[in-house]
Amino acid sequence: MAGQSDPHLSLFSAAEVEFLAEDEMVEIVPNMKMDALNFICGDYGPFYPQLTTEVPLWLAVALKKRGKCTVRLPQWMSVEKLTQVLEAERDSPREFQPLPFHYVEISRLMFDHARDDIPDMYMVRSLIEDIRNVRFHKVETGLETISARTHAVKLKNLSAMEVNIVRPFVVRTLQAFYKHDSPQMIQHPDGTANRQPQVADRGPRRDLRRR
Amino acid sequence: MELGSEEGLGISSEDYDSLIATTDVELLKRAWRNEKASPEILQFQTSLVQRSREQIQLMEDTVEEFPKNCTDPLTVSLYQMDLDRMLFVLRSYLRTRLQKIEKYFIHISKSDLWNRLSDQEQKFAKKCTDYMEKHLQRSVLSHLPYGYQSILRQSISSEEDDMVPEPRLDTFVFCKSKGSVGAFQLDDSGDEIVDLVADDLYVLRYKSIKSLVESGQIDLV
Repeated sequence: MAGQSDPHLSLFSAAEVEFLAEDEMVEIVPNMKMDALNFICGDYGPFYPQLTTEVPLWLAVALKKRGKCTVRLPQWMSVEKLTQVLEAERDSPREFQPLPFHYVEISRLMFDHARDDIPDMYMVRSLIEDIRNVRFHKVETGLETISARTHAVKLKNLSAMEVNIVRPFVVRTLQAFYKHDSPQMIQHPDGTANRQPQVADRGPRRDLRRR
Repeated sequence: MELGSEEGLGISSEDYDSLIATTDVELLKRAWRNEKASPEILQFQTSLVQRSREQIQLMEDTVEEFPKNCTDPLTVSLYQMDLDRMLFVLRSYLRTRLQKIEKYFIHISKSDLWNRLSDQEQKFAKKCTDYMEKHLQRSVLSHLPYGYQSILRQSISSEEDDMVPEPRLDTFVFCKSKGSVGAFQLDDSGDEIVDLVADDLYVLRYKSIKSLVESGQIDLV
C-alpha cells in the first residue's frame, strides 16, 4: 500500500508523519456557504463566507485546492514569532524551543498549498529552514555526548519529523554502546554489582555451538 | 479506568476529562503509532477496532446515499477523504500486527503474548506456524543429520529453544509522556531514575517503559 513504511528501515515513512500532521487544526476563512460536515473524525462547520472556522489541515488543504477558502497563518508561523524562536534556539545550545510537534510538516503543507496566504513567504520559509538547521546541529552535537553510561536521552520539544529523521542514528548508537558495554563483551576488572542485573536483562545468549 | 485509582496512577481529573473527550479516531491513531513503534506485539484493541469498523460501515452507507440526495460533489469528496483516512489507519494498524506475527509467530505462540492476538490473528499465526514448519521440514530439516532436525533448537544438545526469533525488548524507543508520570526506575538496579513530566520526550529502553506503554500513560512516537 502506498505510504506504508518499510518496518526495517524506519518506523514511520515521511508520508505517514505528514498524514499525522494533517490532523492538526488550522483556521480557515471560507468564501462559500456549506452545511456542517459530520465526519468520523469530528464535526466541522457550518461554513459561511468570511467567517473564520477551525478545521483539520487536510480539510483546509482540500478546500484551498478548490479555491473555496483562505488559510489563516498559524500564530507561531509569523515572521515575528519565528525570529524570536530562532534567536532563542541559537542562545540555548542544549534546549529545543517549544514549537508545534508537527511544525516541519505543517509549514511544508502551508508552503505547498497556501503560499498566497502567507505574507513574507520567503522570509517565513528561510526562518523555518534556519530553525531546522540549528536544531539538527544540536541533535548532532548531542549524539556525540552519548556514551556507554547513557540509559536515557532527553529530547524535550523535538518535533515529529525530527524524531523520525534522527531515530535510526540515535537508536543504533545507543544499541551499539549498550552492546559493547555488556560484560560479555569486555572483562571488567571490577565486576561491580550494578552491572550484574544488566546481564540478566539481556536474555539468553545465542551463540552458535562449535563441534 | 477506575476513578478510585486516580492518585495512584497519577491521573488528574483534567486528564480524565481529556480521556473521555478523546474520539475513537484519536484512540485508533494512538494504537497505530504505539503498535508501529513498539518492538513486540501489543494487546489487540478489540472493542476499539469493532467500533471503528462500525463507524466506517455507517459512513460508507451514508456516502453511498449522497448521490441520491443530490448532495454537491465537493461535500461527497470531502466525506470520502475522511473515510479514506480512517480506513488507512485501521488497515495500517492491522497490517503492522500481521508483520509482527509473521516475524515472531513461534515466540508469540509459545508465550503469553498469544492472548494479545485477536481470534483471526490467532488463526493466522497458527497457519503461519504450520506452513513454515512443513516447508522447513521438507526443504531443509529432513536432509540434516539426526540431532539437528528441530525447528526450534540448533541441536539436540541445546538446553532450550535457541532458534526462535524474539523481538528485542532492550532496544531503544522514542516516547512522549501525556501527563506527569513521576519518577520511575530505568533498570533493575535502581541507580538510574527518570522523572517524566508532561510532554517530555525521551529515548529510553523499551523494556523499562513497557508497563507504562501498556497502561497508556506514555505514547511511543
